[in-house]
Amino acid sequence: MDEMTGENININEQLKEASTNALRCMQCGVCSSSCPSGRHTSLNIRKLVKIAGRSSDILKSDELWMCTTCYNCQERCPRGIDIVDTILKIRSISAYHNIILPEHRAVCQMLLKYGHAVPINDDYKIKRTEMGLEELPETVHKYTDSLNEVKELLTSCGFERFTEDNTDENKTMENTA
Amino acid sequence: MRGLSLFLGCLVPNRYPGIELATKLCLAKMDIDCSDLPGASCCPAPGVFRSFDKTSWLTLASRNIVLSEELERDVLTICNGCFSTLADANHIIQDDEKAKEKVNIHLLKIGRQVKGNIDVRHIIEYLYQEYGPEKISSFVERPLDVRIAVHYGCHLIKPTKDRGLGNSERPVFFDELITALGATSVDYPDKMACCGAGGGMRSAMKERSLKMTEAKLAKIQEAGVDCIVNSCPFCHMQLDSGQDDIKELTGTEFEIPVLHYTQLLGLALGFPAEMLGIDTSIEKNRKLMELLDSQLES
Repeated sequence: MDEMTGENININEQLKEASTNALRCMQCGVCSSSCPSGRHTSLNIRKLVKIAGRSSDILKSDELWMCTTCYNCQERCPRGIDIVDTILKIRSISAYHNIILPEHRAVCQMLLKYGHAVPINDDYKIKRTEMGLEELPETVHKYTDSLNEVKELLTSCGFERFTEDNTDENKTMENTA
Repeated sequence: MRGLSLFLGCLVPNRYPGIELATKLCLAKMDIDCSDLPGASCCPAPGVFRSFDKTSWLTLASRNIVLSEELERDVLTICNGCFSTLADANHIIQDDEKAKEKVNIHLLKIGRQVKGNIDVRHIIEYLYQEYGPEKISSFVERPLDVRIAVHYGCHLIKPTKDRGLGNSERPVFFDELITALGATSVDYPDKMACCGAGGGMRSAMKERSLKMTEAKLAKIQEAGVDCIVNSCPFCHMQLDSGQDDIKELTGTEFEIPVLHYTQLLGLALGFPAEMLGIDTSIEKNRKLMELLDSQLES
């Protein structure tokens, strides 16, 4: 826990480092007008770019997760800002500090358990065989050794932190952010 | 040219096995050297896992790449998301020696090492660049006189600096692969717009993601097409089963058939719909097949 607290103190530094590119922004709004999500959700990518690196409030913002990573904004930005890449870095800081949507945590649990984000189920096993395919595809689903390799790698990378809901860490975040 | 290994990912084998079968049938009929890639996992998905942690994303992607390196084959993807993850990861491994060293520390624990000596391909750019529309036409046994809304999806072509497939505003290569089969690619507003599924939106904010899908489907419907053709099972799912979700949420019915390019190619190569996983028990798909059958008779 001590280590986590130390990390939390550095949140602002981490955000700053992730967002240096965004300092070039002149708030022209090409990003927002190119954003397919922004037309239908509350995502205002221009505003996100503006606060990126300036405030840890961005980690509490639902809009951080409304980007489909379509790259329109990044392609069209006249200042050449890596907008989507910056969003991804900020999401990682968020996830690392245990601010992660429950549905996304569930997807992480799937990956760790099955090696697939979307694993097979009985209905599709039947569908496969009816089509003349093998019941299980040539993936980790068919080879236990391969699945174990995936699990070992994920453990080696410390991936379990994204599958376990550590509410204590959430509390620490509440106090510092 | 190196041979290929087929990277299945998650959605194709586990939700759309028809796309897996269609791909295998087409590759075999065109005599393209492509093997299985036994033991591969999730790519892992760029929208979610790359968002959370770059290290585990890159390490797992590198394992999938190593499996193909060990076969001395290039990776063939049939999903924009898998292409995005594996092509980006491969570039990092090839260009960033330090990142490669770090990944190999993890991979050593499972007795593997990534080298960075193969390429990652997507079936659309592979067919376009290695065969081209004319040569694809020469394989066609059953020209398909249908009107098609092409959906490129985002990660096939963007970020353009990494993909190298040209400008993302008005690309034509996918359309040319459609016309090569005798079909018409119908232009429609917001053709290059996202389906709405990516970036973890579909998994965590489904209703909001479907608003993007509904807007896109409405434009496609106005254009008057016989079906949508995509290059990605995640876009496929959003545009296909998304129609059912939208009907439930808003009552709006679209009834537009959705095919992956390999399924359309399979039809043009003469395979029957049932062999390609095109569910003809669904009204919208049955209409499309009846249209094609009437052309065959005339």
